[in-house]
Amino acid sequence: MAAATAPTAAGPRIRTARAGRAPHERRERRNRRLLGLAAWICGIVFFLPFAWMVLTSFHSEQDAATNPPSLAAPLTLHGYREFFGSGTGVSPWPPLENSLTASVAATLLVLVLAIPAAYALSIRPVRKWTDVMFFFLSTKMLPAVAGLLPVYLIAKNAGMLDNIWTLVILYTSMNLPIAVWMMRSFLADVPVAIIEAASIDGAGLPTILTRIVAPVVAPGIAATALISFIFSWNELLFARVLTGVVADTAPVFLTSFVTSQGLFLAKVCAAAVCISLPVLAAGFAAQDKLVQGLSLGAVK
Amino acid sequence: MTPSTPVNPTSPTAGRSTGRTARRAAAPLALALCGALLAACSGAGGAGGSGGHSINVLMVNNPQMVDLQKLTAANFTKSTGIHVNFTVLPEDDVRDKITQDFSSQAGQYDVATISNYEAPIYAKNGWLAPLTAKAKADTAFDQSDILPAMQQSLSYNGQLYAEPFYGESSFLMYRKDVFAAKGLTMPAHPTWDQVASLAAKADGAQSGMKGICLRGQPGWGEMIAPLTTVVNTMGGTWFTKDWKAQLTSPAFTKATNFYVDLVRKHGEPGAAQSGFTECLNDLEQGKVAMWYDATSAAGSLEASDSPVAGKIGYVPAPVEQTKSSGWLYTWAWGVQKASKKQDDAWKFISWASGKGYENLVGTKLGWSRVPAGKRTSTYSNAAYDKASSAFAQPTLTALEAANPSNPGVQPRPAPGIQFVGIPEFTDLGTQVSQQLSSAIAGRTSVSSALSASQKLAEKVADKYAGQ
Repeated sequence: MAAATAPTAAGPRIRTARAGRAPHERRERRNRRLLGLAAWICGIVFFLPFAWMVLTSFHSEQDAATNPPSLAAPLTLHGYREFFGSGTGVSPWPPLENSLTASVAATLLVLVLAIPAAYALSIRPVRKWTDVMFFFLSTKMLPAVAGLLPVYLIAKNAGMLDNIWTLVILYTSMNLPIAVWMMRSFLADVPVAIIEAASIDGAGLPTILTRIVAPVVAPGIAATALISFIFSWNELLFARVLTGVVADTAPVFLTSFVTSQGLFLAKVCAAAVCISLPVLAAGFAAQDKLVQGLSLGAVK
Repeated sequence: MTPSTPVNPTSPTAGRSTGRTARRAAAPLALALCGALLAACSGAGGAGGSGGHSINVLMVNNPQMVDLQKLTAANFTKSTGIHVNFTVLPEDDVRDKITQDFSSQAGQYDVATISNYEAPIYAKNGWLAPLTAKAKADTAFDQSDILPAMQQSLSYNGQLYAEPFYGESSFLMYRKDVFAAKGLTMPAHPTWDQVASLAAKADGAQSGMKGICLRGQPGWGEMIAPLTTVVNTMGGTWFTKDWKAQLTSPAFTKATNFYVDLVRKHGEPGAAQSGFTECLNDLEQGKVAMWYDATSAAGSLEASDSPVAGKIGYVPAPVEQTKSSGWLYTWAWGVQKASKKQDDAWKFISWASGKGYENLVGTKLGWSRVPAGKRTSTYSNAAYDKASSAFAQPTLTALEAANPSNPGVQPRPAPGIQFVGIPEFTDLGTQVSQQLSSAIAGRTSVSSALSASQKLAEKVADKYAGQ
């Protein structure tokens, strides 16, 4: 991330160098190339584990387990067949559906709750809004695992164990603070001037929200939704403890391929690839909006 | 769920008081939303599989369980109408989950795989339903056919609390072809000194081949298991009868030094990360000439797709001061006391641990995959004996020789061969194994690893010493 933003940071300096003397220009160009190289190296370092996982997922169990690793081993779809239940007859679809339900429902709830909250903290800030912001943040300060046992006992007593809606509630509450923070910063970027201009022109609040604010913060909403979706999709700790037979999510299903007797690397990698795909797809779909959202100032 | 966009009805130009009213009005709205959510939750229904005839089974992800999962619907469910919902998890996770569900008696799972380490502890805590009466009433199950050591290790206060699915001891496996080529002879009852010298001679017998594979991976169920059997036979123990920790005693130190030296000199590469799975792979791929581990490994080694099938010899666990030294371990079915489906749960256990299931696996999947090591009759089954002639008898001998109440040269305070049967042992064993694994990796010495471990063991011993 740092390497990716570095070239843009160097941008203004390059322009001034161009206007100036030639040796500076050369040095800047060299620096820029070095930064580019560093960015590539960082990119490759980040991508390698994923590439390794994809490669391993196409190997046989024996080839996946060799030491040193056998890169050029023949490729097979065995791991993927195992993921789809060829060995055990267990379908991966129910856990994937559970994950989808939990992630989508939690993301929708997060948006429904976070956007009005963020509105009340930025465009028409409530009194002592900084305290409110800090309160939201403070809910993330307790390590999640510290709340695990109480949550388990509450879920047990409420008869909500092994119920996907328990996870929806939890994921909503876990992602809400960060969503409020994100949405506040996006909404704070909406210039008061354009809202005032619209209201002088006679626009009511609904019109202002839908026609002025919404288009400006749409990338922000996309970014918030994606973050919330990814966090919910990948959550393992609570899912593992609170689900059982019917409500297990995809990450819990993934762990079921691990065994202490016998080989499992290839099928775990295949399962991990399959389970990452929806998140990757969501990421690619939201990419444009996301980049806008993350680098957005409302008025350019 | 379609979220209605919450709209603040006040326009930006409206006065402050109207804004507050609107905010007050928003409160009931939020409550209504929560209410709708809860309604959705209760509507979605609670724990799964609560239909007429179905049970929830939680089990460890070992190959024998995967086979069971495959065969259940077409056989058990077909004949009894009882649907079985399996949850399969890796060993550490399954232990966490069982402890969590059983200790709170949440009743999510009717049946779970527990080992002979947990069975007496769980029974003492009142988490398990006793099975003695059910086993007695079910004549077809033939309880007397279950190996006595297994029954004993799954009982508490004279009551049976779990039925074994498969059992194992430990023995020494070696490459007959490699030994023959090098002119080496494996004694019928080897001692550890003999094994060490054979390991030195077999080291490098083929390119990239080491002498022996011994677990070095941290974990009370990983390296501690084989190491503790070495400690037992070399005269050591974790605790004396009156709860004095013995990890720095001469016998424990000698055994640990022997184990660490052997694996460092002639053991597998990357020993500090090698457990059962890695050693199995090493032996299959010709990276080691010997392996001391669970008897259940033989099934994988002799399977039709194994590159070393037919090339492996099996002899009893090496000894020094004791007559035998193999461990005793079983994955068994325990029924949660809070389960409301005790009868269906027993029907499942009776089927999975029964003679019929062994025959089913033998005919459908191959005899080397039978979940063996629990019934005497398995070893008089001609088809099984034929397919597993290489290891059937050594396995039975090892299982019959194992004595969990007296595995060493001195009386013990708690049952167990490769573990000490107290709840604290999982933590203690794992912490000690981390110390010793560092010694195998060469990051610390055996003596400093053991003195750190002794302190941990003393803390545990103090809890029991006064009782």
